[in-house]
Amino acid sequence: MIESRWLLALVAIASLAVPCVSQAQQPHYGGELVFPVPSEPPSYDGHREETFGLIHPIAPFYNTLLRVDPNDKLGTKPYPSLAESWSVSPDGKTYVFKLRKGVKFHDGSEMTSEDVKASYEKIIFPAPGVGSSRKGQYVDVESIRAPDKYEVQFKLKHASGSFIASLLSPYNFIYKAEILAKDPHWYEKNIMGTGPFTFVEHVKGSHLVGKKNPNYWDKGKPYLDGFRAIFIRDSAAQVAAVRGERAQIQFRGFTPKDRDNLKAALGDKITVQESPWDCILMVGLNHKVKPFDDARVRRALTLALDRYEGSKALSQIAIVKEVAGVQVPGTPFATPPAELAKLAGYWHDIEKSRAEARRLLKEAGVPEGFAFTFTNRGTPMPYEPLGVWLIDSWRKIGLNVTQKVVESAAYFTPLRKGDTQAFMDFQCGYIVEPDLDTYKFLSSSRNPANYGFYEDPVLDALYDKQSQETNVEARKKIIRQFEKRVLDEQAHYLMTLQWHRIIPHSSRLHGWTVTPSHYLNNTLDTVWLSP
Amino acid sequence: MGAYIAKRLLAMIPTLLGVAVLIFLLLRVIPGDVVEARYLAQGSQFQSQELMDQERAKFGLDQPLWKQFADWMGGLARLDFGVSMWTDGPITQEIKLRFALSLQLALMASTIASCLAIPLGILAAVKQDTWVDYAVRVFTIAGLATPSFWLGSLMILAMLVVFKWVPPMVFTPLWVDPWQNLQQLAWPALAVGYRYCAVGTRMMRSTMLEVLREDYIRTARAKGLWAKLILTRHALKNAILPVLTVISTEFAFLLGGLVVTEQVFNLNGLGMLFVEGISHRDYTLIQALVLLVATTFLAVNFLVDIAYAWIDPRIHYR
Repeated sequence: MIESRWLLALVAIASLAVPCVSQAQQPHYGGELVFPVPSEPPSYDGHREETFGLIHPIAPFYNTLLRVDPNDKLGTKPYPSLAESWSVSPDGKTYVFKLRKGVKFHDGSEMTSEDVKASYEKIIFPAPGVGSSRKGQYVDVESIRAPDKYEVQFKLKHASGSFIASLLSPYNFIYKAEILAKDPHWYEKNIMGTGPFTFVEHVKGSHLVGKKNPNYWDKGKPYLDGFRAIFIRDSAAQVAAVRGERAQIQFRGFTPKDRDNLKAALGDKITVQESPWDCILMVGLNHKVKPFDDARVRRALTLALDRYEGSKALSQIAIVKEVAGVQVPGTPFATPPAELAKLAGYWHDIEKSRAEARRLLKEAGVPEGFAFTFTNRGTPMPYEPLGVWLIDSWRKIGLNVTQKVVESAAYFTPLRKGDTQAFMDFQCGYIVEPDLDTYKFLSSSRNPANYGFYEDPVLDALYDKQSQETNVEARKKIIRQFEKRVLDEQAHYLMTLQWHRIIPHSSRLHGWTVTPSHYLNNTLDTVWLSP
Repeated sequence: MGAYIAKRLLAMIPTLLGVAVLIFLLLRVIPGDVVEARYLAQGSQFQSQELMDQERAKFGLDQPLWKQFADWMGGLARLDFGVSMWTDGPITQEIKLRFALSLQLALMASTIASCLAIPLGILAAVKQDTWVDYAVRVFTIAGLATPSFWLGSLMILAMLVVFKWVPPMVFTPLWVDPWQNLQQLAWPALAVGYRYCAVGTRMMRSTMLEVLREDYIRTARAKGLWAKLILTRHALKNAILPVLTVISTEFAFLLGGLVVTEQVFNLNGLGMLFVEGISHRDYTLIQALVLLVATTFLAVNFLVDIAYAWIDPRIHYR
């Protein structure tokens, strides 16, 4: 009898709980999403700019041809946006995109294939005097055609394993062709897209406001009435904004300490989403300076690093965590941990690794106590803790390293001039994709952002080969070869630790998924706030 | 007096010109430029030298230094400060947006400081070596030893922990919503005003002590003048002149120098604009801001000198 009463009580609780759960999952309309942005857009033109300071407040006003699936935690899955479907020709050189019908710009005019063509031509073949930051990413594109109102064709010079991924760029806003024809610079100072929100105001240095687009093509969306991006540079003030419940989220990321403080202060009112972050600091070695022209010395430097112990310690205090190769761990092209552990500097036996490092240094004629300068960037997080860790690790193989910290804005001047020995370099991608993530390592004659100043035709050939390989498994194999050459055999660059993205946000916020890129998932069409 | 004013105004021109030359050259000496800050600092992999050269040409950074300086001077002569190299927006507009906030904050902090510093300084001097004097001295030494931004951080933390509240993050002009405006600016004004008041109070106390020992004060007392009258009409008028200099100089400093406090309270003021301008290597913006601050200092000093003559009729300018 008692048991049946308990059973009844449980059934009653369960019956109450079920509607609660389903109610919680039902998107709620209304409300204004407030979020701090640690940087501000220099202009409104996504084709020209490079910063998340543009993406976070401006992306909600636009759509792109394709987007990353907003629910994909890896942030790699292509998803329809203005194009509802696409196909590739058998030779892999022609991509055809069928566009959605009835999509309206905020001025009421219809978006057609001419707009897509004009937008991509601005990105890939910009007119003289028009800045395009991603022109170099589309060198394989031969031409763009708009055979009818709702179809766009991209013709490539050769097959590509990454062309679709390159179209997922959140920067590639679709602009109106008529406006671009009149003034290709118009979008630098004005906002007018097809996105879920329309522009209200931007008070420079303060905030930017958007309101719901009632004519948005994706019926039923967006859920929010609007959003307000507040420009807050100081990280403590950003945390205070979330803690004081004046903001619901900051889309870039907080430190582990900030996360713990917010969780301790707000408890269940805070939900934390975390992900490996598609940003990494790497040690570059100037190959024009002795002894860094010697692969044995470079290998010794990577062998000195205990990445696994470093990960445990540094992830407590800095925004780094995963031990990684040239791809973000867990993503489709990433090397599995067991295979990664075979590369120099990734061995689990650190004593063996450091003994090998000492042997290599001796063989290369580098004396005990050899001194060199490590140039680091004057940005505290995570440059400072990683710099300390590196120097400490190198001391353990008998090297004497002096750290030279250069102010952030002036940082690239010595790197570009080659006035360095060892230095901290970095890269951040908008999507995890081998072409994007490995371009950094190409010979300096191909990539001016290679501040190691080396030429490696073998590496370049491997890059081209993987880029044109459309079979995923075959491409993975080439990427492994590339990774082994760049990180182990030649040790051109030394990976530190993958950044780790921590997003503590209000538990009222739903419909947003963290991805490895802080450039993704900012259209805000799927986001909603519970009452 | 008229000739003196004209002379002072004319003397400002070479001073400002000197400041202009200095800031122009200093900015070109420090490494990096706006194009590097824009295209390399984000870790982009696909930047071409062609794009960077194109951008440098757009801002005239490919021109010789003398040409860049001449162009800037030509613009200044027409009161055209140019456009921001970072945002492409007119400099005057960039500054105008932040000026209202910085001016209001400077005025509020100055008011708090003056209202506290003068009476506290007088009180401490009059009650020298009593518990009142000691209390004022402790209060002011604490003010001098406490950086405004640290006090500001403590205020925010205390408000968060105790009241679970933080000041508004966005500036609302006083004439739009006074309550919202004061909710945001009262705290930084208090934090800055406290340190500022400490400087003023100590100056007021020491000058008042000095004046109170003067012969004419003793004479006034001997004549049987009312103590309050001696203090306000005879002592204060003479003692306040150095305090006036301190308060006015601090006011000019507050207009452009509240960098960290503005960051802590997320205030969109001139201090933050300065920092952003420097980190973006926005030459035109920094040049205009430095000239603005230099002009403010010159103007404030000039007004203080005029005020001296008004407060103390014995002072004459030729």
